Amino acid sequence: MIRKGRAFKFGDDVSTDAIAPGRYFHLRSNLPELAKHVLEDADPQFASQVRPGDFVVAGRNFGLGSSREHAPTIIKLAGVSAVLAESFARIFFRNAINVGLPAVICDTGSIQAGDELELDLEAGELVNVTRGERQRVTPLPPVMLAILEDGGLLEHIKKHGGLKLEV
Amino acid sequence: MGQTLAEQLLSRAAGHAVAAGEITLARVDRCLTQDGTGPLAVRRLEEAGMVQAANPAGTVLYLDHAAPSPRRELSNDHMLLREFAARVGCRLSEVGEGVCHQLMAEDHAAPGEVIIGADSHTCTAGALGAFATGMGSTDVAVGIALGMNWFRVPESFRVELSGEFSRGVYAKDVILALIGQIGADGATYKALEFGGPAVSRLAMDERLTMANMAVEAGAKVGLFPSDQETRRYLTEQGRGDAWQPLAADTDATYERVLRVDLGELEPVVACPHTVDNISLVQDVAGTPIQQVFIGSCTNGRISDLEVAAEILRGRRVHSGTRLIVVPASRRVYLEALDRGFLRIFVEAGGMVLAPGCGPCVGVHEGILGDGEASFNTSNRNFKGRLGNPEAFIYLGSPATAAATALRGRITDPREVLE
Repeated sequence: MIRKGRAFKFGDDVSTDAIAPGRYFHLRSNLPELAKHVLEDADPQFASQVRPGDFVVAGRNFGLGSSREHAPTIIKLAGVSAVLAESFARIFFRNAINVGLPAVICDTGSIQAGDELELDLEAGELVNVTRGERQRVTPLPPVMLAILEDGGLLEHIKKHGGLKLEV
Repeated sequence: MGQTLAEQLLSRAAGHAVAAGEITLARVDRCLTQDGTGPLAVRRLEEAGMVQAANPAGTVLYLDHAAPSPRRELSNDHMLLREFAARVGCRLSEVGEGVCHQLMAEDHAAPGEVIIGADSHTCTAGALGAFATGMGSTDVAVGIALGMNWFRVPESFRVELSGEFSRGVYAKDVILALIGQIGADGATYKALEFGGPAVSRLAMDERLTMANMAVEAGAKVGLFPSDQETRRYLTEQGRGDAWQPLAADTDATYERVLRVDLGELEPVVACPHTVDNISLVQDVAGTPIQQVFIGSCTNGRISDLEVAAEILRGRRVHSGTRLIVVPASRRVYLEALDRGFLRIFVEAGGMVLAPGCGPCVGVHEGILGDGEASFNTSNRNFKGRLGNPEAFIYLGSPATAAATALRGRITDPREVLE
């Protein structure tokens, strides 16, 4: 599957507090409402401008901070097809895959806001259509790729009748 | 070849020897969630038809982030968690008992265990020699239901501690200085293993402060060996039989070795808006502060309150500054009550709130106004953390916080210590 969309550009160290602010703590059991505030403290316009298929493109250490899985969950709910970053904080990275949101490590330096991107996860390739650039992305460990392909960790467990490292 | 402490602990839980870089299934001894992450874990289990706890006695649902609840939505979340605990027979820690990580250390965590928690500061229990790490709601839900999960065995950074603290310098300054040195992602996916001649002199309260903040350098765990201090602490909690000695093998392989001479450190502060934005206190001294928060899983323990009380005894908090003190647990609260610390805080003009996370999460109890600055003993200063993205947060030790409360400006604690 090729994922296509526009780039929304963010910097380094985008925290889970910026993605799912604590002042909306009471909306955590109402994810569609919480998703209206996704990334609000990093870019207040993002939630109203993002369209299905678009990409969140960031620098280093995306998703640092709290373990709140609501962060990748509402990015996915907003229709984002993948988060591309130079690196991810550990818990966010695992959470994203567990909820079926691709978290892709690649070189994001040349990607500008609004660039049209195409991501082929199976082939491990990212194309910047606007700039005519293509690059190989860092592959996921096999266990995470399997979880992502199954649609998330619980779907993976259901499909394989338990937690399996090799499928 | 010898094993790091991280490799030892995951090898035990995996049932076979594993080395850094490997991915393995492993037994999980304890799982925790809190009221911000528990409801999602419960819903994930309901959706998957897996409403069960493999090890009910090892599963604790804590109500600490919005405690007592400021809103009906959060009260309903608390009800959901109480109902789930009753259904599967697991433990529930009520509103007012305290912060999950403090209670995990007091009541449950033991050397050699694997603990996963849907809260990033679950790594706090690494102070007791447990492989304790934060994960999301789904991962912890799987741990609750199946009693296992998958792990990538982390490479370890050895943090070699030597020397003795000089006056006005504390464990919080050590871990902040270390994070400043290696950066907020300097140890991503790694284990921080504390060792060296100074470790045996660090009290459990100090170890908990340092292990707590391992995640602020991106680390998966922050591990201390289990030694006589661990034994003393467990015995004090009435759990002496949970003790066993643990240490990394002397010929273990480390990805990196960092050396810290405690005697060379000075009081430091993390400036807005990242934890690795470290300055010497003296370089930012004089910055006006409208609120001081002493508490949290990082520095809400009895020794923290003791240091602050010694500074505030018989003095008054600055008229332009609000002081909020939140003991990390009921046990800490009662001891602080018995020892007169709470009276000191209140007589100084401060407020003492119920055990819990307090203002740290920005849900209630001390949300800042636009442009205001807070000095906290907690672990995060991200934009918006205290409920307002237009506010500023500084992090430091309880001594620096108490000194700052007295003057209403960031103050080097050495200026006010007797």
